[in-house]
Amino acid sequence: MTFSRELEAKFEKLITRYPPGRQRAALIPMLLYAQDEVGAITQEVVEEISRRLRVTPLEIEEVVSYYSMLHKEPRGKYHFQVCTNISCMLLGGQELFEYLKGKLGIDNGGVTPDGLFSLEEVECIGACSWAPALQVNYDYHHFVTRDKLDRLIDDLRKVQ
Amino acid sequence: MLYNEPSPLEVRILTRRFGLPNSQSIDTYLATDGYVGFRKALEMPPERIIEEVKISNLRGRGGAGFPAGLKWSFVPRESPKPKYIVVNADEGEPGTCKDRVLMENDPHQLLEGMLIAARAVGAETGYIYIRGEYRYIIEIMDRAIEEAYARGYLGRNILGTGMNFDVYTHTGAGSYECGEESALLESLEGKRGQPRIRPPFPAVSGAFGCPTVLNNVETFCAVPAILRDGGVAFAELGTPRNGGTRLFALSGHINRPGVYELPMGFNLLRMIEEVGGGIRGGRKLKAVIPGGSSCPVLKAEECDLAMDFDSVAKAGSMLGSGGVIVMDETTDIVKVAVRVMKFYQHESCGWCVPCREGTIWLRKILERLDQGRGRPGDIDLIEEISKNMLGRTFCPLGDAAAMPTISYVQKFREEFEARLPKPVAIEAEPLVVL
Amino acid sequence: MAGLVKLTIDGRSVEVPAGTLVINAAKTAGIEIPAFCYYEGLALQAACRMCLVEVEKAPKLLTACTLPVQEGMVVHTDSPKVAEARKAMLEFLLTNHPLDCPVCDKGGECELQDMTFRYGAGESRFLEQKVHVPEKQFSPLVYFDAPRCILCYRCVRICDEGLGVKALGVVNRGVSTEIGPNAGDHLECDECGMCIDICPVGALTSGRYRYRTRPWEMEHVGTICTHCADGCKTTLGVRNGAIIRANNRNRSGLNGEFLCIKGRFGFDFTEHPERLRSPLVREGDGFRAVSWAQAVALVARRFGEIRSRGGRFGVIGSNRTTNEENYYLQKFARRVLGTNNIDHPRTGDVAALVDALAGRPGAWATTADFYQTKAALVIASDLAQQHPLLAFQLRANWRHHGLRLYVVTPGPVREDQYSVRSLRAPEAESLAAAQTLAEELRREPELVVLFGDAVKGEAVRRLVEFGDSLGIPVKYVCLVDYSNSRGAADMGLLPDLLPGYRPAAEPGLALPEMLADPALEALWVVGANPLKDASLAAEAAFVVVQDLFLTETARRADVVLPAASLYEKSGTVTNVCGEVQRLAKALSIPGTKSDLEIFGMIARAMGAEIGPARPEKVFEEIRTSVAGYNVPLPVLATGGAAQAAPSGGRLPVKWRPELIRPARNTLFRSGSLGRYSKSLNIVIESPGELYRA
Repeated sequence: MTFSRELEAKFEKLITRYPPGRQRAALIPMLLYAQDEVGAITQEVVEEISRRLRVTPLEIEEVVSYYSMLHKEPRGKYHFQVCTNISCMLLGGQELFEYLKGKLGIDNGGVTPDGLFSLEEVECIGACSWAPALQVNYDYHHFVTRDKLDRLIDDLRKVQ
Repeated sequence: MLYNEPSPLEVRILTRRFGLPNSQSIDTYLATDGYVGFRKALEMPPERIIEEVKISNLRGRGGAGFPAGLKWSFVPRESPKPKYIVVNADEGEPGTCKDRVLMENDPHQLLEGMLIAARAVGAETGYIYIRGEYRYIIEIMDRAIEEAYARGYLGRNILGTGMNFDVYTHTGAGSYECGEESALLESLEGKRGQPRIRPPFPAVSGAFGCPTVLNNVETFCAVPAILRDGGVAFAELGTPRNGGTRLFALSGHINRPGVYELPMGFNLLRMIEEVGGGIRGGRKLKAVIPGGSSCPVLKAEECDLAMDFDSVAKAGSMLGSGGVIVMDETTDIVKVAVRVMKFYQHESCGWCVPCREGTIWLRKILERLDQGRGRPGDIDLIEEISKNMLGRTFCPLGDAAAMPTISYVQKFREEFEARLPKPVAIEAEPLVVL
Repeated sequence: MAGLVKLTIDGRSVEVPAGTLVINAAKTAGIEIPAFCYYEGLALQAACRMCLVEVEKAPKLLTACTLPVQEGMVVHTDSPKVAEARKAMLEFLLTNHPLDCPVCDKGGECELQDMTFRYGAGESRFLEQKVHVPEKQFSPLVYFDAPRCILCYRCVRICDEGLGVKALGVVNRGVSTEIGPNAGDHLECDECGMCIDICPVGALTSGRYRYRTRPWEMEHVGTICTHCADGCKTTLGVRNGAIIRANNRNRSGLNGEFLCIKGRFGFDFTEHPERLRSPLVREGDGFRAVSWAQAVALVARRFGEIRSRGGRFGVIGSNRTTNEENYYLQKFARRVLGTNNIDHPRTGDVAALVDALAGRPGAWATTADFYQTKAALVIASDLAQQHPLLAFQLRANWRHHGLRLYVVTPGPVREDQYSVRSLRAPEAESLAAAQTLAEELRREPELVVLFGDAVKGEAVRRLVEFGDSLGIPVKYVCLVDYSNSRGAADMGLLPDLLPGYRPAAEPGLALPEMLADPALEALWVVGANPLKDASLAAEAAFVVVQDLFLTETARRADVVLPAASLYEKSGTVTNVCGEVQRLAKALSIPGTKSDLEIFGMIARAMGAEIGPARPEKVFEEIRTSVAGYNVPLPVLATGGAAQAAPSGGRLPVKWRPELIRPARNTLFRSGSLGRYSKSLNIVIESPGELYRA
C-alpha cells in the first residue's frame, strides 16, 4: 500500500533515528502516524509495516492490542476523548461525558452514523489543572462546559 | 500557552521564561541565559557535572524521588557501548500536567538539560518519549530540536568542542504503564509497554541494552539552572535532601487551579489557600491527594505539611509527581476510590498476577459497593485484597493501585459503610468449594 | 569456573555456584519453591509471583526465580509471610479461572490444582462475575481456552526460544490479556504441540486428546517414536487398547520433553480404518482374507519350492523395524534363502562414514553433543523439518552456551535465524561450499558436522579429510531419515555388508537391481514400499509383503501379512547418532503380528533352524556378534540410550551413491506411514516443503 508523500518522508526519517538493527523501535510511531492518515490500523497497514520493519504481524498485533490509542476500527472524523479521571471527575467530567453520549446519540466507543463523530471515555490526558478537559483528535479543550461543547459541535458540523 | 495566571508566591526557576514573548524560540532562550549551563558543563570534567547535580539535591520529579546525580553516577563511563539519554515525557499520573507546560513553554530548557546529562555520561543520542496524546508538544519539541541543530547546539561537533549529540522525539500510543522507566524502554524499542526484570537497571542496561540516563522532563529541566547557578544555590531553594523548586499541579475543588513552581517544602495548606485561592464556593477542605492518584489520600487535618519527599512520606503518603488534587467536603470518597481503581485496572499491563487480577477484583467490588450492592465484609475484603497486592507485584503499578485504596478505606471507612444496604436481607455465603 | 556461594535456606546451609538462582539453590537442598512462570531453560518472567520468598534484610518479599544467590544470604521459604503470599497469589489466579476442575481436560495433572491443594486457601472470597471469553481453536491440534490461562507465558517462550517459530504471542492488556496465534485467528507453525504440553493448566489442549479420558485412567508406556531417525522417547497414553495421546512430560529419553508433531500426534496410524488385520492371499485381481496358518504355510511352501530349485530371491527390509527384526531377516535371507540379495531403502550413506571413520569410534557424535559442542556445521539438511530434535538441541545450545553454527544448504532454513554463517549452495556443490568455510572453522575449538544425503559415497571420505585438515576435534553424524534407518545398515540389510559392516563374500543385488531383475522368482518386502515409484520387472515373481497397510507394494503381493507397528512390539532401535534404545510395547492390534514373530513362523514352517524369534534372544546375539553393539544392558533396561559406534577397519566396497535415495520428509510427511496419520494430514501446514524456512 502507499502512504502520502509527507508520511513517507516522515517514515524515512523515523527509521534512521534508531541504532542499526533496531528499526523495530519505529513501530509504535509508524503505527500511530499511519493510523492518523488511514483512519485505522487496517490489515494492509499491518502488512505494510510488517514488511518495512521486518516485524511479524503477530508482533504488531501484540503492540496494537496493547496501546489504547491504536485501533483497528475506523473512528469518527472528530474523535471526542472525554477525560473522566479524578481531577476532571471532581469538576463534572463524568457528567460531560454522559451529556455527550446523549447529544451525539452514541455510547462509549460509538461512531455517529454519518461518521462525523465518535466518542471515547479516556483516562487522564494531562490537563488536570484546567479540568474538565477533553481532546478532539489531538486538540485540547480546557475548562469545558456544556455550552462550550454545544458550540464546538456546531462549529465542527459547519466546517465539514 | 499558559492556562492559568502565575502566582506571586512562585519561585520561578524552571518556569522563569513562561509568559515571555516567543518563549519557545531559541532566540528568546539564548537571550535569557539559555545554554549557559551547558557551556559551563563543556568546561567541566564529567565527574564534576555529576557532582554538581548531586550537590543540588535534585531528586527525580517523576514520582519516586531518587537522587538524580546518584542515578547518573551509575552509568559505567568506560562501557564500550553507546550511551543514551532518555526523557520520560509520558506524563500520565492522574492529577499531573506539569511536564506538558515545561515542554510547551520552554522546550530548549529540556534540550539543554539533556545536553548536560549527555556531557556528564558520554552519551551521543537522546530520545524524548512523549505520550501520544501530546501530539502538539511533539511538534513544539521537534521545532526546538531543529533550531538547536541549526545553531550548532545539537548534531556533530557541538559548538566546535567535538561533542556529538542527536536528539529525537518518540511518540507513545496510550499506556500509563509506559511511565514506568523499564516499560518505557520496552515501548521505545517497539514492544508492549511491559516492565523489565531489574536489575539490570537502565543506567547499566537501558535503551537497546545500553547504559542509559532516564529521567523525568522536570528533572532534566532543573539541570540547566543547577549548572548555571551552582548546585548549592539550587539546593538552598528547598529543604534538606530536597533541593530546588518543584512544579505543583493544583487541581480539583480549588479557586485557582494551575501549575505553579514553588520551593520544595512549601506548606500544603498555604498552597491550597494562598496559591490556589482556597476551596471553591467557600466550602471546607475534605482531603488532598498530594502527588497524583497513586498517593495515599490525606485528610484535611493532615494537610498542614511541608511538601517535600521526606515530609510527605512521614505523613504516610508520597510527594509523587506533584499532582495536588484538592477535594472539598462534598466529595464522594467512594466514587473517588472507584474512579481511581477503574484507572489502574484499565492501565494494568496484565503481566503479573496480583496486579492483573487484583485491580479487576477491586474494581468490581468497589463499583458494586458504590451502586448500593455491597455485602457485609466487602470493606475488609477491599483492604485485604489491596494488602495482598502491596509489595508483591512486578512493578510499582500494583502498589499505586493498592496504596491509595487502603487509605480511602481506612481514612473514610464510614463513607464506605454508609453505602452498604441498610437491612441486610441475605448474608452471602462464601463459596465452600473452590 | 565460578566460585561457590554459601547461603542459608530455611535454616539449611547450601553451597552453590555463583550466579545460581535462589529457586534452584533451594532445589539442591530439596526445598521446593513453587512457580508457574519459572521454567528451566527459558527466559525469566517473574510474572506469577508464586516464588516470593523472604530474604533477611530485604524490605519486601523477592522472587526466587530472578534472585541470584549471595554470600551469607538468609532465605525463608516457609515463613508465615511467604505462606500468606502464596495463598494470596493462588486466590488471585483462581478469581477469573473457571472452578470446574471435574470437567476440565487438565484435571488430575494440573499444576494450578496441585498448587492450590498444597498452598492455597480452602475457600474462595471472590463473588463477582468472572471474565469470560469463548474457547478458540488455534488448529485441529491446538485449542485455547483463555479463561483457564494463567499467563505464565511458557507456551510463548517454548515456541519462540525453544523452536524459533514464534507462533504465539501476548495480546490485549490487563485482565483481557491472552495468548494469540500468529495467523490472525489460527496457528501456522510446526504443530508440535509443545505449547500444549508445557501449559500448566487446561488453557492449551490437544485436539486429539481433549475430553477423551482422565489422565489416571491411562497406562503410560515410554517407547521410541517410529517416525524420524532422531530417536525421541514418546510416552504413549494407552486406554482400552488404544493410544490416546503421546508426550514426554517425565523428560526421559534423549529428547527431554521435546517432541514434534510426529512424536506427539503421529501415533494415530495405529487405529487407521485401513489398517490390515488379517493375512491376505491374492485371488485374481483381489485378495482373500485367510488365517495366519494358511498364509504362513503358503509362503513357506513357495519359498521352499523356489529355494529347492535354486531360484532367485530378493529381500527388502525396513528402516522402521527393530534391530532384532533386521538382524533376523538378513540371517533368514543369507542362511535360509541363501542369498545376499538383501537391501533396504537407504536414505543416507552410513557405510561410507563407517569406512571414512575407520578406527575412530570417538568421532561419532551423540545427541548430547549437539547441546554441548562449541561449533557445528550443517550440510544439506533442513534440520528443523528433517531432524527436529537435533535442531531443538542446537538451538538450545546456542541460547544457553552460545553455539556457533554454520549452515550450508540449498535453500533457507530456520537455523539461519541464529547461524554465524549461512551459505546457499545446490546439494551437489554443498561439500565444496562447506570447504570455503575452512578458515573460520579452523578457529573453532571443536566441531560437529551433520551431513544430509547430498554427501555420499566418495564425498563422505573427502568430507572427513576436510575435517581432519581443520586441525580441531571433529565429530560427525550421517543424517538418515527413519526411526531405524541406522539400525538397518548396522544390522546388515545391505547386499555387500553383513551385520557390523563386515564385507560379504559375494555381494548380492541392491534394491533397484532386484526390482529390475526379470529373473527374480521371489520378492519379500518387509515394511517398505519400493513399488510406490518403481515397477517390478519380474512379473511372475512370488511377492510377499509384511506391512501395516495395503501400500502400492502390498497391492502387488501374492501374500500380505499384517504387521505390528513399532508401538506394538518390543525390541531395540538405533537412532541417527547410533544410539540404541529399547522399545516398550504399548498395545496389540488384533490380527497383526510383529515382523519378528512372522519371520519365526515362516522359519518354523520351512523347518529352518536360525534361532528363537524372540527379541531378547536375538538382541543377545546382536550384542555378541555385531561390532559396536556390545552396549550395557542396564542402560537400555532403565530406558537409557547407549551409542553403538562401528569400530571396524576400512570397508572394501564399491561406492554406489546412486543407491542413496532420500526420503525428503517434511515435518508433516513420514514416508508411506505418514499417509495414514490423520494428524499429519489435517493440519493446514501439511504437506509442507523443505528449504522454505
